[in-house]
Amino acid sequence: MNNFTYTTAGSITAALQHTKRHPQAMYIAGGTNLLDLWKYNLLHPQTLVDLNGVPGYHTIEAKEGGGLQLGALVTNAATAYHPLIEQRYPLLSKAILAGASAQIRNMATNGGNLLQRTRCYYYYDGDVPCNKREPGTGCSAIKGYNRIHAILGASEHCIAVFPSDMCVALAALEAVVQITGQQGKRSIPFADFHRLPGNAPEKDNALQAGDIITSIDLPAKEFAHHYSYLKLRDRHSYAFALVSVATALELEGNEIKEARIALGGVAHKPWRIPEAEQLLQGKPATAESFAQAADKLLEGAQGYPHNQFKIELAKKAIIRNGLMALHPETQLPGAQPSA
Amino acid sequence: MTNISFTVNGQPRTVTVAPWVSLLDALREHLHLTGTKKGCDHGQCGACTVLCEDKRILSCLTLAVMKNGRSITTIEGIADGEKLHPLQQAFIDHDAFQCGYCTPGQLCSAIGMLHEGKARTREEVKELMSGNLCRCGANVGIIDAIMQVKETYSHE
Amino acid sequence: MKTTPAVGTPLSRIEGKQKVTGTARYAADYNVPGLLHGYVVNSPITKGRIVQVDTIPALAVEGVVEVLTHKNRPGLAWFDLQYTDMDAPPGTVFKPLHNADILYNGQPVALVVATSFETARYAATLIRFVWEEEPFDTCLQNHPEKARPAKKGFATALRPPPPKPTGNFEAAFANAAFTVDADYRHSTEHHNPIELFATTTIYEGNGKLTIYDKTQGTINNQLFVANVFGLHYKNVQVLAPFVGGAFGSGLRPQYQLFLCVMAALHLKRNVRVVLDRKQMFSLGHRPQSLQNLRFGADATGKLTAMSHLAVSETSQFEDYTEQVVAWSHKLYPAPNTLFDFKVVPLHLNTPIDMRAPGGCTGMHAIECAMDELAYRIGIDPLQLRLLNYSETDPSTGKPFTSKALKTCYLRAATQFDWFKRDGRPGVTTRGNKLVGYGMATGIWDAYQFPARVEAIITAEGKLVVHNATTDIGTGTLTVMTQIAADAMGLPVAAVTFEYGDSKKPFSMFQGGSAITASTGSAIMVTAEVLKKKLLKKAQSIPNSPLKNAGMEEVIFTNGTIRLRQTPRQAVSFKQIIAANNGKPIKTTRMGMPHAIKLRKYTKATHSACFVEVEVDKDLKTITVTRAITAVAAGKIINPKTARSQISGSMVWGISKALHEETILDEHLGKYINTNLGEYHIPVHADINTLEVIFAEEEDTLINELGSKGVGEIGLVAMPAAIANAVFHATGKRVNKLPIHFDELL
Repeated sequence: MNNFTYTTAGSITAALQHTKRHPQAMYIAGGTNLLDLWKYNLLHPQTLVDLNGVPGYHTIEAKEGGGLQLGALVTNAATAYHPLIEQRYPLLSKAILAGASAQIRNMATNGGNLLQRTRCYYYYDGDVPCNKREPGTGCSAIKGYNRIHAILGASEHCIAVFPSDMCVALAALEAVVQITGQQGKRSIPFADFHRLPGNAPEKDNALQAGDIITSIDLPAKEFAHHYSYLKLRDRHSYAFALVSVATALELEGNEIKEARIALGGVAHKPWRIPEAEQLLQGKPATAESFAQAADKLLEGAQGYPHNQFKIELAKKAIIRNGLMALHPETQLPGAQPSA
Repeated sequence: MTNISFTVNGQPRTVTVAPWVSLLDALREHLHLTGTKKGCDHGQCGACTVLCEDKRILSCLTLAVMKNGRSITTIEGIADGEKLHPLQQAFIDHDAFQCGYCTPGQLCSAIGMLHEGKARTREEVKELMSGNLCRCGANVGIIDAIMQVKETYSHE
Repeated sequence: MKTTPAVGTPLSRIEGKQKVTGTARYAADYNVPGLLHGYVVNSPITKGRIVQVDTIPALAVEGVVEVLTHKNRPGLAWFDLQYTDMDAPPGTVFKPLHNADILYNGQPVALVVATSFETARYAATLIRFVWEEEPFDTCLQNHPEKARPAKKGFATALRPPPPKPTGNFEAAFANAAFTVDADYRHSTEHHNPIELFATTTIYEGNGKLTIYDKTQGTINNQLFVANVFGLHYKNVQVLAPFVGGAFGSGLRPQYQLFLCVMAALHLKRNVRVVLDRKQMFSLGHRPQSLQNLRFGADATGKLTAMSHLAVSETSQFEDYTEQVVAWSHKLYPAPNTLFDFKVVPLHLNTPIDMRAPGGCTGMHAIECAMDELAYRIGIDPLQLRLLNYSETDPSTGKPFTSKALKTCYLRAATQFDWFKRDGRPGVTTRGNKLVGYGMATGIWDAYQFPARVEAIITAEGKLVVHNATTDIGTGTLTVMTQIAADAMGLPVAAVTFEYGDSKKPFSMFQGGSAITASTGSAIMVTAEVLKKKLLKKAQSIPNSPLKNAGMEEVIFTNGTIRLRQTPRQAVSFKQIIAANNGKPIKTTRMGMPHAIKLRKYTKATHSACFVEVEVDKDLKTITVTRAITAVAAGKIINPKTARSQISGSMVWGISKALHEETILDEHLGKYINTNLGEYHIPVHADINTLEVIFAEEEDTLINELGSKGVGEIGLVAMPAAIANAVFHATGKRVNKLPIHFDELL
């Protein structure tokens, strides 16, 4: 909780110039995770560059040829309740509303949601070893209490999971992240935005120093009719997922034309295996079909002493959520299992 | 130090604070509006909930400097003079608190929620109020009070 | 005109308006001139010592006034006894900043004092320590051989050692027709009131201090401060008009009080110290525990043998104990019993009482074992309780002052439709959910402490009552006002109860569900004396209509004394005070438990809890969909606040059974989920229908009020009822709390 200076940026260019001159500066938008981490003495910004006043990124716009552009500075709540999202991308709305609390969703921005740090206990405790926080110090979670940790894509250096719900839906919807950086603009497909820990767990995503997320673009495929977000956790709301599943289906009768499944709470990024989805193509939308997809999605899953259950739970959640997606109207508040 | 001018409970206020002072601490320590409570300082309990232009936010997770020019309503600004807001009266009637410490946050959050107009059923109210913890376990009274007022609360 | 009795009416909380308008002020809400802010630094190591401490970088920060560590702290009281408090377990009290030794992770090691909270917090990160770490043990299971009986001392008066064995347990258990042998494990819990622990000390000069503190005992903390800092107790005033929950964590003076007062005296300035949420996990906790129960019954279901062995953690420096094992024998008359309770000293802070300490631990195991036994025998779980129902206390043979537990069972069971359930586990379903119904019994001691009350009739003929107790959210202010109003024959509006102040007459700390009985009885005793005084004065008025009337010939109603036979003959309190030259009439009396008379009785509250759960068929997520608790606690002074006490405790029961636990990393020797995001207490979405029944229970023996406490009894039965319902839903017994839903997969 060091002292810092504060400045507002009037444009992306001005913000980029600032961080170019001051590499220790950090951008702030919603601030809900940044200030949380700063108060735990885990982030030490020298300057905060407030992006909220930058015009042009506060709206949700329909794109030509379908699709939507979600301004990076739109709040999570405004996104979830936006008529275009509620009607056309309800999976995204459901996932956002399963995360955090109403107050936090009113503050947190779309750009910031992608940049949350893990909720691993050991990352959050500045006094214990953690490779994500201090590379090379070791991973306390592997030999410690790892109920909330990864079963997929982890490494010997880090078994933390990425905590976002919104991003699980964005992964399923194949969103594209638009970025403006010191070298200009670029876009990154959602699957490539977050990364696995490997031997550099300190790096959560593909952003480079100074990069600003300007929007998250949704492709034309909406999955507005058959979708479900299921979140399993230690209380019915306001808790991070042990396992969550975003499922989107395109059906013809009971036959699956196209499927998307992404998992949250199980890896360092939203977990998606396109091959698992391809297995569902042309199959009936039944528990058996979803079970096959689940096996593919969970291939190579490895549990630790306290989170072995996640493998079975994830499989059952994928099956159940597939069935729930057939009847989106049965979904309960808080993304709970259907009644 | 930065000068911040904003509207608090309908009154224009100016405070001079360091950039790292949270809105919560600015309200409590600089404006002496101690009705807004600190329960965790990390966005995990909801006790510090205030309204920013009718939207409920957590005052612990935002900086005072970021609210320059904005309009903030705290628990001290909910009643109309001596006349309690219907929700305040409903909280008393339903015994929707015991120690009272989470109460300002529960009330501001509930008012924000009614304004949002997204909760239709009791289950939805519970879900959308789940960002406000009550350790005394007054949950049933809190939700009863909100449901009673929700019946009469027209979407304005 | 007769005053309508206030006792028994659901009066809304008198302080309600302050609480809903944000004007209720808690310990950190006092903005006094020139206030300095203290921020505590805690040990990141579990055992060892501080080899070096460098405070220079912290002191260099603009706005930092002082950094106190063990190196430079002012001289303090030397003897352990001076640090002791009314609730201190046997042992050596922990003394903050006393020396370089580290006894537990999170131990306070420094206080930074600065002109702003933010500056103190920042400077706290700049203090450089060099630590010497030593091996530690924080694991309860690792060393069963270290378990030993707890030491005895002053504070163990309320926690007697385990009862002696009766009959021949081993033989009876071996011969029992039906037996249960089960182990139970409970996790650590922290109280986590939403209010952070805080103290604001106002330095008045001349050795005087005014202290706003988060506490359950103003006098306890006043005496602590006076003893430790060598002040006259009259110069120390501890105020706690509003307390944002405590649940036991405020029973002992906590370290922010010590550090805040130390800084204020040292700097001769006003100082506030507020802990952060992580530090709230260093204040003491409900201990981890291991229990083994072996119950045996004969062919008819009568209990013949009960053994209950418990092991619990304590610190290296104090022997904290709880009443875990004695409860079954206060309920069930088994002739052969074996009880033992031992502690294992670990490198952790001393536990501290947390709502229904021991009771909710032991009764979870007892009532789950009873459920299991019922299934072994093949009878209804409620039927097993009724078969083994005892009108007297089986452990002593003494009668209860009152015991309406049977009424609790039957009323709750009827309202719940218990008898319509299909008793077979795992067969009742509702859509995607397995439905389970479980029940359990609750019992809690009915305590009463000595309390002193001053009662004053003012010139306006109104009543002011003084007592040092706090109101931690229990409704004390409202309840005492009601009791005092009826006792003096006044409307509630004419009564003021002043409390939360160590300068007021004596009260013990607010714990053990005892304050209504303690201060309430003292009010009754004091009012009797005050009424006599008023009558005497009324009789001295020339031509007084009450001239020759005895107390039994008059009634006190609506601020007047009237002749019972001819009520128009009356003298008002106002007239009496006028006759007293306008001077208030007052009296101060001590209320005491009727120790000698009550020695022949057992005093307890009882409850019966019935729970419905839904468990998802595939994913096993658990929801407590409905719960009913019936309570027998004598006279209910205020059904509204009492109901909230019970339903609040039921939420605690849900939390204990399904949610809350402090996770201890045994490699690191520390708690790792020290925040409200990962320490899960129920949110609104977790709470469904909770119903409360108060069983009629007339108790003419217990105290002047006929009332027993309700602060804890609502928690005692609930965890077992939930666990039993989960079993009924799924056929799976999870004897560890909290139950993680994935354990049902």
